[in-house]
This record gives sequence, structure tokens and C-alpha cells, in this order.
Amino acid sequence: MNWVTITDRQAAPPVAGAAGSVRLAGVSKVFGRGSSAVRALDDVSLEVAPGEFTCLIGASGCGKSTLLSLVAGLEEPTAGEVSVSGGRVAFMFQEPALFPWLTAAGNVELALRARGAGKAERRQRAAELLETVHLGGFGGKRPHQLSGGMRQRVALARALAQDADVLLMDEPFGALDAMTRDVLHDELDRICADRRLTVLFVTHNVREAVRLGDRVVVLSSRPGRIIAEFGVPIVRPRRIDSAPVAELAARVTDRLREEMSRDDG
Amino acid sequence: MTVDSRSKYPKYVEKLTWLEALDVDSAQQPRGPRKRRLAARAWGGTWPVALAIVIVLAVWQLIHLSGWKKHIFPGPGATLANLWDQLQTGLLWHAIGTTAERAVVGFGLAVVIGAVIGALVSRIRPLRAAVGSLITGLQTMPSIAWFPFAIILFGISTTAILFVIILGAAPSIANGLIAGVDYTPPLLLKAGATMGLRRLSLYRHLILPASLPALVAGLRQGWAFAWRSLMAGELLVIIANQPSLGVLLSTDQDQSDMQSATAIIIVILILGIGVHTLFSLADRAIRRRWGLTGSS
Repeated sequence: MNWVTITDRQAAPPVAGAAGSVRLAGVSKVFGRGSSAVRALDDVSLEVAPGEFTCLIGASGCGKSTLLSLVAGLEEPTAGEVSVSGGRVAFMFQEPALFPWLTAAGNVELALRARGAGKAERRQRAAELLETVHLGGFGGKRPHQLSGGMRQRVALARALAQDADVLLMDEPFGALDAMTRDVLHDELDRICADRRLTVLFVTHNVREAVRLGDRVVVLSSRPGRIIAEFGVPIVRPRRIDSAPVAELAARVTDRLREEMSRDDG
Repeated sequence: MTVDSRSKYPKYVEKLTWLEALDVDSAQQPRGPRKRRLAARAWGGTWPVALAIVIVLAVWQLIHLSGWKKHIFPGPGATLANLWDQLQTGLLWHAIGTTAERAVVGFGLAVVIGAVIGALVSRIRPLRAAVGSLITGLQTMPSIAWFPFAIILFGISTTAILFVIILGAAPSIANGLIAGVDYTPPLLLKAGATMGLRRLSLYRHLILPASLPALVAGLRQGWAFAWRSLMAGELLVIIANQPSLGVLLSTDQDQSDMQSATAIIIVILILGIGVHTLFSLADRAIRRRWGLTGSS
């Protein structure tokens, strides 16, 4: 019909040179026991190809964050299997989670140190990474001296410092204003392309998901199940307020609404 | 689906970054030359203290003038003159030296022991269940009650005094560290875990620095207990030929020398407050570093 063609269950073609991939097979996660047990995820199977940017979307309580924790190895699945092939996993949270006793550069350097980099290398790489997120002159500032957007940039630089092939992002821009978020979307696009990152990005903002993702995966609430997948064949660079993004976002939203009304009934 | 044309916005992005920076800097850059700011800050901290001292001296002088217990109760003038005279003699300095040495050794040992116990208890769950409440219980124990025990155990000796100082101060320090570890924000621990910090490096680079404010609070409280225990000890455990502030006080009591006794009390007060102030300064420095103060 027009330049937006949407096919459900369309996987993005793997990007050459990217290393990490994520595979979840029949994964369930139950918190608690007995009558107070909560099933956060139910039989979720998902594959993220190397270099693919996958967005997970769903209402609150759909187990999105739990899914990321499972991939990061912070939690163990109750059933099923989670595997990450080829490389490290870095995690970015909704809050910057920077260490307040370290400078911006110190935060990045600690991530480098954790993977065994020497002192000279740490200093040089940290400066480069801060440059990458356009915070060149701010290495000596402490987190509280930076704005929210800048803090999240430092957090991104720290995640990149882990030399991860898989980047997990849990609503990383949820607390930022629209302008700042827009700029960070552009940066994330650029960085992911440069570094061939595999990204699993959780959000409850449908437009953001369509703006960023090669694919949008929709989860149901309590328990979290995959109910739909949308490929996003929109040419980059994209704009969050462009017509194709809005159009696909509307379709995803419709699917989400359908799911939520079923919940209510 | 093209991926190659993603990097298009650096100029725009840079501009916005600097805008954000301007926003931050204008709020944070203090005005005026640095020297004058420091002087203003020092004066701001000093004058209330000076005023308080003046008020205390004035009230003291008034009581003295009122003639209450006139023959025993000295006025500030006579007392301060007495203090000045004592400061010219070697005896007071010798006593201050002995007391300070005990304070440093006792508090130093308490810090080491408290920190080790705190570190172990905070990480080992069964140990925590076993001795966690015991530590808090020890904290409420008036340390002077330990002296009969310590004197029977170690005799009239410096060891007895040090023993009580450690019992008084170590629980506070241990509790400070335990509280710090407990209140390390889970999000930071999660961030550390995903960065690959494990065991010792997790402790050194995350848990310990995150615990620092609570640890300093524990040290400050520990010092107060150590100083009290030390003074009680020096009054109860009097070792011959070893002048200390406690011994001087005790002698003044025997000789009903109120002027000298008051002078020594002033010395004890100043020493105790001095060390306490050091911990407060450390605490404030940390807060400023972390951005926990109202003004930066």
C-alpha cells in the first residue's frame, strides 16, 4: 500500500560483524511460593539475532524488567532456558545508577577496571567513551553536577565500557524530557550502528519502541507472554514524529489496547 | 533497511549538550573570588561559636558575681589564669600527652576491631543472627560498668583502660559499617554486578565507598564513647608516676582545688570537641562530594 509494510514475525537480517545473540526458550519465572506466588513470565520464547535492536513493550507488570534480569544473569529462570552467545552483557537502568563518590570519568573507568584494563588504558578509553556520548569536557564532574540527560549519557558510556556485545536497556530514557530523549535516541542509533550492538530495549512508550527498534515485541500482563511481534522496516535515520513511525505505533497501540481490554473483562 | 546513515546529528547534539551544561553551571558556579568566599565561610562558621563562648563566660561571671558558693566557685578570670599558668608547666602537657596517646591507641584499636567485626557480620548471615543484636546491646552498656571487670582482669594498668575504650567504641564503629552495607542502594549493587564486580573488588570499589557516610557517623559516635570511657578510666585506674588528665583531676579533687579542676575540665572539653569537629568536617566533605548538601 505504501512505504510501510508490516509483517508479523519478521526477524531482522543479522548485521555482519556483530557477535552477541540472545535466546530464550520456554522461559517462565515465578516469584514467591504457594498461594502468594506471582508468575511474572510464562513460556516466553524469543530470539534476538546478532546486531538486532529488539524493543519489548507492554503494560506495567508484564515482566519486561524480569526478562532483562534473566538475560543479565541477575535472576535464574524457574523453567526454560536463557542463553547469551558470544560476549558480555551490559545493563542500563531507568536511573543512571552512577556511583556518587566517583567522577563521570571514574564511573566509566571502574567498568573498564572490572574487566581488567590497566591504568593508562582505562584513562584513555574513558576519555574516548565520554567523547562518544558527547561529554568530552565533563569527565571531572560528579554525577550530582550533571543534568539528568548527561547522567544517562555517562551511564551509556559506562555500559559501552564493558565492551559488551549485548546491551540490555530497561526504560533508560523514561525519566527524561522529550527533547533530551530525542537527542539520545539519535545517539543510540549512531552508537549501535558503529559498534554493531545487539540490543534488548524495554519501554512502555510505543513510539519510542518503533523509533528505535528493528522489531517490536508486545508482551501481555500477568503473566508476561509474547502476544505479538512487529517488524519495523522503516528506513533510518528515523524521527519519532514522522508519519511512518506514527502509523506503525498506532497499530502496535491497537494491539496493546486489545490486550488490556481483555484484562479488564 | 539501511543502517549506514545513522550518524547524522553530532553538531546538533553537541549544542544541546552545551546548553544542558550551561544550565547546570549557572546554578553551580559560586560567585566572587575564591579567597573571599573561603573567608566568608570561615567567618560564618566562627561567629556563632564565638558568641556562644562569650555568653557562657558572661553567665559564669554573673554567677560568680552573685556570690554563690563564693569561696569554692571560681570565676572565669581566675580559672583561665590558672589554666594559662598550668600550660606553662610541663606537667599539664605531659598529662595531655599520656591521655592523647591512650585515646589514639585505644580508638585506633577500636576502629580496626570494629571494622573487622562489622565487615564479617554484615556479610555472613548466621554470624549476623548470632551477634548482631549483641553488638547493639554492647552499645547501650555504660562503659564505666566494665571497669571492675577490666581491673580484675588486667590490674591497675593502661591495658585495663584500653580494654574499656575498645568495648565502648568498637560496637558503634561496627554498627556504622553494618548500617552502611545494609543501606547500599540495591540499584548500585545491581549495576556493580552487571559490570562484573565480584567479591573483593565489589567490596573495595562499591560497598565500602557506598558505606563511607554511615561509617563516618559510626566513627564519630565511637569517638564520643571512647573519650568518655577514657576519662572514666583515668579517674578509676590511677597509675603511679604516669600523669594524665584524669590523674590531674583526681589530685585536684583530693586537694579541693576548684580552679585547677575547672581548668582541666576545659582542656578535656576542648580536646573532645576538637576531634569531634574533625569527624564533622569529614562528614561534610563527603556530603559535598556526593551532592547531598543543599548548596554545592
